[in-house]
Amino acid sequence: MRRILAILLENEPGSLSRIVGLFSQRAFNIETLSVAPTEDASLSRITIVTKGDDRVLEQIVKQVNKLIDVIKITDLTERNHVERELLLVKVLAMTDKARTEVTRITEIFRGSIVDIGKQVYTIELTGDVEKINAFIGILANETEIIESVRSGTVGIARGEKALRI
Amino acid sequence: MTTQQLTGAEMVVKALAELDVEYIFGYPGGSVLDIYDAIFNQDDVEHVLVRHEQAATHMADGYARATGHVGVVLATSGPGATNCVTGIATAYMDSIPMVVLAGQVASSLIGDDAFQETDIVGCSRPIVKHSFSCRSLKDIPNVIAKAFYIANTGRPGPVVVELPKDILIPDHTAAFEMNKDVNLRAYNPNVKGHQKQIRKAVSTITQAKRLVIYSGGGIISANASELLTSLVERLKAPITNTLMGLGGISGLHDNFIGMLGMHGSLEANKAMANADVILALGARFDDRVTNKVEKFCPNATIVHVDIDPTSISKTINAHIPIVGLVDIVMQQLIEEIDAQEYVVDETINQNWWQQINEWRQVKSISYQQDQGKIKPQRVIESLYEVTHGDAYISSDVGQHQMFAAQYYPFKKPRQWINSGGLGTMGFGLPAAMGVKMAFPDAESVCVTGDGSIQMNIQELSTCLQYNLPVKIISLNNRSLGMVRQWQDMIYGGRHSSSYMESLPDFIKLAESYGHIGIQINHLDELDEKLAQAFAIKDRLVFVDILVDEKEHVYPMQIKHGAVDEMWLSKGVKA
Repeated sequence: MRRILAILLENEPGSLSRIVGLFSQRAFNIETLSVAPTEDASLSRITIVTKGDDRVLEQIVKQVNKLIDVIKITDLTERNHVERELLLVKVLAMTDKARTEVTRITEIFRGSIVDIGKQVYTIELTGDVEKINAFIGILANETEIIESVRSGTVGIARGEKALRI
Repeated sequence: MTTQQLTGAEMVVKALAELDVEYIFGYPGGSVLDIYDAIFNQDDVEHVLVRHEQAATHMADGYARATGHVGVVLATSGPGATNCVTGIATAYMDSIPMVVLAGQVASSLIGDDAFQETDIVGCSRPIVKHSFSCRSLKDIPNVIAKAFYIANTGRPGPVVVELPKDILIPDHTAAFEMNKDVNLRAYNPNVKGHQKQIRKAVSTITQAKRLVIYSGGGIISANASELLTSLVERLKAPITNTLMGLGGISGLHDNFIGMLGMHGSLEANKAMANADVILALGARFDDRVTNKVEKFCPNATIVHVDIDPTSISKTINAHIPIVGLVDIVMQQLIEEIDAQEYVVDETINQNWWQQINEWRQVKSISYQQDQGKIKPQRVIESLYEVTHGDAYISSDVGQHQMFAAQYYPFKKPRQWINSGGLGTMGFGLPAAMGVKMAFPDAESVCVTGDGSIQMNIQELSTCLQYNLPVKIISLNNRSLGMVRQWQDMIYGGRHSSSYMESLPDFIKLAESYGHIGIQINHLDELDEKLAQAFAIKDRLVFVDILVDEKEHVYPMQIKHGAVDEMWLSKGVKA
């Protein structure tokens, strides 16, 4: 089962490698990982998308929590939450037809074209995993994808619940 | 707090002194020479020079296990630090408090593949409780204080502190500021059991008809032996210990039914298999205990007390988990039992004990000694007699380790020192040396074999330098006994690389290091020569005992079976 874990931890050298090391050491799976400092520069926030049954997930949560650097971990999958991923994709746009189609698809998905080259368009799109997968699928039908990069999922709980100190 | 101006190297040594460190076990090298210079100039902390850094970690480990204090290791960068890895892993697996101070090349060189550079923080990451890379001179005291605090609170474990050379050199000084009252916002180790869980546990325990208490190394590290004994007596329950938990209750206590697990007693494993409630205290349902997980005690309700939540429901599902320090939780349990005015039902209790006593009568921990070769079990029994059961026993890993666990009842916690989790051959001698450093007047014995002893035999030299008169009891079977046993049982008797050809003359070897060697070849000289060895108080004695190489460790759980499915002897099932 797909799970989204949000982790708040000390923004110290080595903190991230402890998390990543733990996942590989204990044969846990990482599907996506996204990390950045929070508004409080002493803290980092990580979102990890992983897979596992309840038993595996319980171990993941406990093992991550056991790390001295980790302040809190929560399983967002268990509650209402918002999750987003950012996609940047560069596609071939050589003909008028391709340019029109790419622009139209981008508008429908509420993405934006952020850069134009002689033969390529670069598009930015935000959404959940399904939306981004669908967008990439349709784009690939219309033109050639030159390069793409995804941020990995970030997530936050809905409502009053917050992951903070 | 003081505001003295010190170099980084001086800060390291002063910080250790402030934390009441008696001994540092280490080996010098380029990146830590400034620390060695600082050690030279003071008398608060004594440095013990080993002959190999792995031995320094095991010495610190033995010292920590015997005293409960943090063991301290100092090693240089590169090979010095990597030589510590096995010792760090050993301490990690057995939850032993240890701080390893590792030198590092100067910050400006890190990442350049400089001479004697390795990323020791990276190398040790999966086997430490935590690690620090100290990058600033003024941080040294507080980083060391944090390292000690983390190492010796909660579930103890090893902490690595990396110290680059540029923050140690005499060119820079700073004020020594150290806050010993450590507080880390992400780490709160002082956990009390949840009261609701305590009530639930007590009502389950008090309704049990066949209760077993199963305790592990957590009892030892929490110094909770007395509490455990009163809990056992209050409940009139049978108690079994893990290999790590031996001595948690006296091995001579009437309620003690022996070690459980792979080479545990039949009565301990039978009691577990037939229990309706298992109270697990500071133990972690290791695979050497459970045997086949799917077949493990299917009818028991399991109450599991542990400070580490990851140990709970990791391999065996706990019905009533209690996260907390085992001493505090046991106190809570006793209070709740008293509050409920619980009285043990004598009929139910006696029925259970009657059953257990029937299993006891099988005498699963037994052997046949004829007039031929000396049986290794017999040596351990003689060792118990000659030391009156009071010696610290540090063991290496293999058959001799199991025989020591089975045939030397430990009266006190911290008396039994062995690498239970990692199973590190070469652990025994340096561990016994660490014990001897801590308690010079106590008898410190290393029980070993001809395989294990050779993995850190160079430390005989350290023993001479520091006058450490440990007793080495080597059960010499001219083979890697445990490997050979498995090859006999599982690999059709094919002894692939499990016999030791060209063994040294251990007597001459001991003598060449300046010690005394005694060889015992025959049963009729065993007791006399052992007595002779132990009569020598001020010298290290290496007792090389030629034992029957064909002897196997029994009882033994049958592979992939339930906890109580055991071989009692060759070809005989329980």
